[in-house]
Amino acid sequence: MNGNGPATVLAVTQVVVLLVLSPLLIGLMRTVRARLEGRVGGGLLQPWRDLRKLHAKEPLRADGTTWVSVAGPMVLMASSIVVCALTPLLGTVTFDRLPDDLFVVVSVLLLGTVALALVGLDAGTAFGGMGSSRHMTIAALVEPTVLLAVYALSIPVGSSVLSRIVDARLADPASVMSPVSLLSLLALTIAVVAETGRLPVDNPATHLELTMVHEAMVLESSGRDLAWLELGCWLRLAALLGLLTTLLAPWGVVSHVSVPGLLLAAVTLTAKLALAAGLLATVEVFLAKLRLFRVPELLAGSFVLAFLAVTASYLVMPG
Amino acid sequence: MTGVELGIGCQLGLMCVGVLVAVTVPAVWRSVACGSVSVLLGATGAATGALALEGQHGVVELPTSLPLGGIAFDPAPLGGFFMLVAGAVGLVAAAFAIGYAHGPSGTRTSWAALAVFLGALQLVPAAGDAVSFLLAWEMMAVASTVLVLTEHAVRAEVRSAALWYAAMTHLSFALLLLGFGVLAGAGGGVDWASLQRVDPHSPSASVAFVLLAGGFATKAGLVPVHVWLPRAHPAAPSHVSAVMSAAMVKMGVYGSLLVTLVLLPAGPAWWGAVLLGLGAVSAVYGILQASVASDLKRLLAYSTTENVGLMFLALGTGLMLRAHHVIAAGDAAIVACLLLVAGHAAYKTALFLAAGSVLHASGERDLDRMGGLGVRMPVTGLVFGVGAMGAAALPVTAGFMAEWTLLQAVIHGGGPADRSVAVAMPIAVTVVALTAGLALLTFVKASGIAFLARPRSEGAAASHEATGAMQAAMVVTAAAVVALGLMPGVVTRAAARATGIDAGSPGLTRVDLSGVGARLEPLALLVAGALALAAVGAVSATARRRRRRVSLAWGGGGVRANPRMQYTATSYAEPLARVFEDALRPERDVVVTHAAESRYLVERVQFRQHLEDLIESRLYRPGLRWVDRVGVVGRRLQNGSIHRYLGYSFLALVAVLVAVSL
Repeated sequence: MNGNGPATVLAVTQVVVLLVLSPLLIGLMRTVRARLEGRVGGGLLQPWRDLRKLHAKEPLRADGTTWVSVAGPMVLMASSIVVCALTPLLGTVTFDRLPDDLFVVVSVLLLGTVALALVGLDAGTAFGGMGSSRHMTIAALVEPTVLLAVYALSIPVGSSVLSRIVDARLADPASVMSPVSLLSLLALTIAVVAETGRLPVDNPATHLELTMVHEAMVLESSGRDLAWLELGCWLRLAALLGLLTTLLAPWGVVSHVSVPGLLLAAVTLTAKLALAAGLLATVEVFLAKLRLFRVPELLAGSFVLAFLAVTASYLVMPG
Repeated sequence: MTGVELGIGCQLGLMCVGVLVAVTVPAVWRSVACGSVSVLLGATGAATGALALEGQHGVVELPTSLPLGGIAFDPAPLGGFFMLVAGAVGLVAAAFAIGYAHGPSGTRTSWAALAVFLGALQLVPAAGDAVSFLLAWEMMAVASTVLVLTEHAVRAEVRSAALWYAAMTHLSFALLLLGFGVLAGAGGGVDWASLQRVDPHSPSASVAFVLLAGGFATKAGLVPVHVWLPRAHPAAPSHVSAVMSAAMVKMGVYGSLLVTLVLLPAGPAWWGAVLLGLGAVSAVYGILQASVASDLKRLLAYSTTENVGLMFLALGTGLMLRAHHVIAAGDAAIVACLLLVAGHAAYKTALFLAAGSVLHASGERDLDRMGGLGVRMPVTGLVFGVGAMGAAALPVTAGFMAEWTLLQAVIHGGGPADRSVAVAMPIAVTVVALTAGLALLTFVKASGIAFLARPRSEGAAASHEATGAMQAAMVVTAAAVVALGLMPGVVTRAAARATGIDAGSPGLTRVDLSGVGARLEPLALLVAGALALAAVGAVSATARRRRRRVSLAWGGGGVRANPRMQYTATSYAEPLARVFEDALRPERDVVVTHAAESRYLVERVQFRQHLEDLIESRLYRPGLRWVDRVGVVGRRLQNGSIHRYLGYSFLALVAVLVAVSL
């Protein structure tokens, strides 16, 4: 049990850092987008102000809704927190009995996905069902890509534990640029974009009901329920973007917990996330949303990349 | 007399008592009396299985007047595992049936058949030689056919379903008879020890493997011999569907394990590849059909095909890896197979019993006509939800731990040592991942559409919660789904003992695959989740404004939202049906009626979608038509003309004379 103290410190730090950062990240992305489109935008702090407002507002519940409408947002939020705690974003110290195994992280993430989809269905409106149906279809098709990409990354290391994968990359930075790694990261990027509902899969800024996915599911929620849904999704985005950047540039991630080390890691993570988010927002300005029925083609493409990565990892690996 | 002998003896006795009670007790007391006997039968079976799993021996021999030798029951640990699973499922299903069985499912025949069925399910894994095995197998098949026929007088489709089931189950029996015949011929005896003498690399062993695998795959409902499953499950009463799906199809898995691990261990690598391929195709096809199905029990039946597919995939992976000397990962895959068996037994029982409760309360099996059941039947909704989480392999259920173990085995099994393994393992990961994703959608659809939102029919609106006894039985299954997920160490240990693998698991609550360097304690995950949820709840509690009820959901700008405007199960799966259009070939029929005044005004749109099982329509229908045609042609041989029959006799006589003279 002696290994669990530092791991707990690390997990709590990661959750706190991401909780603070994720709304700022969304603020940054919206500002970048607004500036590039010639608007002023709400500023970096606007998402935080939105959350405060939603928390204070009176939540409404339509007749016929069940406890799912209340519990669903909280489950989504809790699943995002667990994902943040487990993903090696600041350090690679793991719990004894709960390694940050990728299959575990993905299934916790999926628990949040399911909670969101059920919230969409609960009120019994056409839009909620539509969003929920599309959301689950995308999630179902993303899953093979994610697992296969991680499988490719895990072959050289011999473990599906994310911390071990990051450790191996820290020890041998050249492995980041190997074809296996690049292919699987590319596949993973597409999967993350689809999973977090960014362009070109879903337009986070849309209010046109017929095209929206995420927004359609949260139409019925208000007040703090909506706040949890929004913050939960932002946290997911931050954690997944963080994971991608950590896999691509593992520098700054500590393998022993110490105050200066964690501070440095937090600063590096902030810089990496800001860069990634800025890049994502910039690319999004030049993209249009894909038709829903073209999305599977994109995901099939990413799946092929992941499969190539697995095949390549067998060919590249010696003996 | 050992405990196992006592247990099997008690079961044989209880079976007879069950039939006797069903025939003699008056209708008023029948359900309680027969149900209690069946519960006892299940409990005895589970206890016997547990003893056999612990390694206790016991032989029960029944003398027969047949020239086949005696009938012997001598359960090994592997059989014990399956007896335990079948007994536990039988126990809960029988307890549920006490409150559930009414009308046709509460008749003498139905109760007597249930007792025989539950008994036979115990005797199959207990059998000590091929003849006893086949006899128990046939008893199980006949009893279950009678049970499928229960509602034949009320619903016409039941008869056709029973016919399909009887035909397929006898195909399975015929293949097994041939397979065991080949083995017995080569080994010189019908007991397991004689069959073990056959060299697994000999041609006769391979012939026997193909025949036996075919027979067991038919019982297990693998593609392409799955066609009876989606017919028989909706036709049978729900407690019977639960036993059939959670226990009976597992006998196919048991048989495959028996053949590949006990009778013919260390067979050639292609055996594993065949099982892996069969399992992979079944898993993907099953879950794809389940995701677009809107009949709740049909959906569950296809999901059974998927789950059994995953079990065969795990077994095939294990055999293949062992044949290539990747022992640790191979062992982990075989343990994963048994974890899947135990997990599936728990959550499929929960799902079928909950579906039965829904059917009982609303009279609906069609998801498109359900809705709002969560408010009206909260316990059923919760049980279905937990079962659905298990089926979708979400943490921390039994299904999650089983799939986690399987994935660990697969990703640690891939190595560049052998090309076929290097190709098979990524495909296995893909299949597991795709089925996991589609299962998620399927079960969100099933539970969300049925239990959330507003009622889509009068039956759903008027539904009510099940009786206390039925609720208790369902809650037990839901608890089992979570308990097996939180204590995977117990199941892993049992699975390792059943398959003779060295168990590396020190704790009850964790899986420790030391051979492949992976471990997980789901309890820790649960604690982490609970802490996170508590933190979220605490922040929520600081909010001052209370929740306010409003009468209507937001209806797109003030329009009164009609329940008919909701998404249905069909519309929920529509994007997926489009994505997999080529594999599913849905028939869509859209009729637009325009208003008389203008073509631009639409008065009514009618949409029909019909999804057929492609394998059934492309493979079985042409085959059946061909057999039909042969039959019609064959009829000409016997047209009633006495001259022709005399001609046949004459020809036969000539043929005999010619044969004798040669």
